[in-house]
Amino acid sequence: MNTQKEFGEPGYLDYKGRYKGLFSWIFSTDHKRIGLLYLFSILSLFAIGATLGLLMKFELIAPGKTIMGPQAYNAFFTLHGIVMIFAVVIPGLPAVFGNFLLPIMIGAKDVAFPKLNLFSWYLYVTGVVLVIISQFAGDGPPDTGWTFYAPYSFRTTGTMLPAVFGAFVLGFSSILTGLNFLVTIHRMRAPGMTWLKMPLFPWSLYATAWVQLLATPIIGITLLMVVAERTLHIGFFDPSLGGDPLLYQHLFWTYSHPAVYIMILPAMGAISEIITTFSHKTIFGYKFMVVSVLAIAFVGYFVWGHHMFTSGMSGTALYTFSLLTFLVAIPSAIKVFNWISTMHKGSIDLQTPFYWAIAFIFVFMIGGFSGLILGSLAANVHLHNTNFVVAHFHFIVFGGTGFAFFGAMHYWFPKITGKMYDKTWANIGLILFFIGFITLYGPMFYLGFKGMPRRYFDYDEVFHAGNIISTMGSWVLYSGLAIIIINLFASLKGGAKAPSDPWGGKTLEWTIPSPPPVENFTETPVVTKGPYDYKQV
Amino acid sequence: MYSTTATDASNFVSTFNTSFYFIAGISLLLLIGLTVIMLYFVFRYNNKKNKVAVQNEGNTRLEIIWTVIPILLAIAMFYYGWAGWKPMNKAPKDALKITSVARMWSFSFQYENGKQSPDLVIPVNTPVKLNLVSLDVIHSIFIPAFRVKSDMVPGREKMMWFLPQTVGDFDLYCSEYCGLRHSYMNATVKVLSNEDYTSWYADSSKVITATEESVPGAEGLKIMINQGCNACHSSDGTKIVGPSYMNLYGEKQVVIREGKEVTVTVDDEYIKRAINDPNSEIVKGYPKGLMQSYKATLSDDDISKIIEYMKSLNDK
Repeated sequence: MNTQKEFGEPGYLDYKGRYKGLFSWIFSTDHKRIGLLYLFSILSLFAIGATLGLLMKFELIAPGKTIMGPQAYNAFFTLHGIVMIFAVVIPGLPAVFGNFLLPIMIGAKDVAFPKLNLFSWYLYVTGVVLVIISQFAGDGPPDTGWTFYAPYSFRTTGTMLPAVFGAFVLGFSSILTGLNFLVTIHRMRAPGMTWLKMPLFPWSLYATAWVQLLATPIIGITLLMVVAERTLHIGFFDPSLGGDPLLYQHLFWTYSHPAVYIMILPAMGAISEIITTFSHKTIFGYKFMVVSVLAIAFVGYFVWGHHMFTSGMSGTALYTFSLLTFLVAIPSAIKVFNWISTMHKGSIDLQTPFYWAIAFIFVFMIGGFSGLILGSLAANVHLHNTNFVVAHFHFIVFGGTGFAFFGAMHYWFPKITGKMYDKTWANIGLILFFIGFITLYGPMFYLGFKGMPRRYFDYDEVFHAGNIISTMGSWVLYSGLAIIIINLFASLKGGAKAPSDPWGGKTLEWTIPSPPPVENFTETPVVTKGPYDYKQV
Repeated sequence: MYSTTATDASNFVSTFNTSFYFIAGISLLLLIGLTVIMLYFVFRYNNKKNKVAVQNEGNTRLEIIWTVIPILLAIAMFYYGWAGWKPMNKAPKDALKITSVARMWSFSFQYENGKQSPDLVIPVNTPVKLNLVSLDVIHSIFIPAFRVKSDMVPGREKMMWFLPQTVGDFDLYCSEYCGLRHSYMNATVKVLSNEDYTSWYADSSKVITATEESVPGAEGLKIMINQGCNACHSSDGTKIVGPSYMNLYGEKQVVIREGKEVTVTVDDEYIKRAINDPNSEIVKGYPKGLMQSYKATLSDDDISKIIEYMKSLNDK
């Protein structure tokens, strides 16, 4: 961390501002410090969510009660879902790596609205605190699942209001981050960085930001309607008050399906960066990569109905949503083809982030293909609400976004901390994580195919074998995760000093010291070349 | 008329299979193919073997090829799914009509002659049309062996149909999360031969109708079944979610009222309180907050009928 000695500017980690200690973080409007605030909040919540998952899997190792009763199990999967979706995966890549790297990668000193950026984190923490309150206040923790489906969410005696309001506040945090990024990208790109000279990670954040800005208000108003219905008994969704439960599902998925693209688009952006850097080769089909990100974000708005194929929509709605669901897969396929083509005739440096990237492509393909099966009407009728769906979305959300998150972590760790990590342990952690992941979620495809519904506390003996394998996978996955995290923390103290460009990357973040100085650039960079210019090497 | 060559459990097994295996097959080929190519590139072009990368910014013709071919495949996949689903949408006119009622946390099946059954008993090779009713929250009726599923939405008319093709017992699950005992909300589909079904259907010994007022407590039992009380309160001494009704009337119970343990006698007044304001007094050893008040749904007259039924369960 000798950024000051070598470059005459203190690194952002050493900078002495108005406040000291903890206050120098929670009152900081530096996008890099805010990125790290998010990183630590998200990692802590991820640890909670993952532990809940581990315990749920342990409960399912045998039929009947193993370690908890049905009420506890239902509360566990509800909290697991709320924490993982709203507080970990949705903010995950944009709030952590987006905050830290977006301004740097486009050659800016900060985001457009630094104070609003800090306020977004405060909102995030407030939302999380509300969700935590819901666990301890009232008659018991919420037990509706993260989807809060009506009318069950009006019947349960679990403490719904703080949880629902917490999700509402988390939504606002997401909207403001999106708005901030949009303005930053439109207004603050370095001189010469035209739209088509912008790297793909900022492009993916741009598409994501539009989804955050336009789709999140829908969940906001929906959750407020739930609050109004519970407190004022206005009949929006509960049929006993004259409401329509399907209206709730439409509104919920109108946001929550685009939300899947909030989760996966930045992941795709990060993977694009990693593959080109370690292949030492410009990305194959840059323009098609840009167009496909925008296409996914756009078409992604119109496929929410595929969550409701058995709910009782009209036939026309069903096949329209089914067809659109198949079409939204096309841009994702184009991305996979381009990633693999980028490796062709490259000079591939086999480092940990690259292994994460190819593992990502593999699990993402399985997630995508199983999504095609679920998009098919005849197949969906059987597989909907079974373990097959649980396996599918864990392959996309945990396999896709999770693998990309850890890949990004190992890719940008030297830049963020100024330290290198132990590669052997990083790779051991990755291998265990990968094996555990496949063993945990793979059998759930089979269980769902055989007819085991999701959110089942107990099950018939026919589903026993698959559940045993799946539970054992969770142990391997969890140990891999522990090794990865411990290794990174250990490297903070014992790791070697990171050079400014440890991987031979070409984007702007690799042109400044590690860790970056407070103002990122001593001189505003002028961009004259495309983002992945390897020609001179 | 409904002859089939295969021994599938229902007519929708083969359409599901076509759609599932068509997509899964193509997907598996692509998954293996792309993974092998990717791993080959990683091996062949790693920087030990290939010191300098050959720059290549892209190839528009390739991009068009790998956009158009997946679109065609996707449309074919969509077609099989649509074609397999379409017949599910329209039940044959001569289908056997059964009303399926779901509530937290049990199914019951009501036949046209007034017969009621906790299991779905149906004749083989006859199309069956289920009229789906939910009394409280959203449930979903799912028969994996038949590859059929439909949500049961309160306040909405819905139907599901299928043609059972093999005699035997099949599992039926609730597949939409509905609370505490969601994973226990299941039933058995009993597909009988036509003769067996006819005699089962004609056997009215288990039918409770309003005319049979001679059975003690029959009216109360009917109210109980309609309100779904029996999903949580057994009549045979088994502990489900709440206390069993067997040998309960007139007994002493320890309840928790405002945080203090109090002993009460189960009499008419107590039962009325327990139905109308269930969470004010919780029987010791049972969780709070699971039962809602039935004040709006049950009249005092209904409650006295239920009490009659409870009395009939003493000394069994």
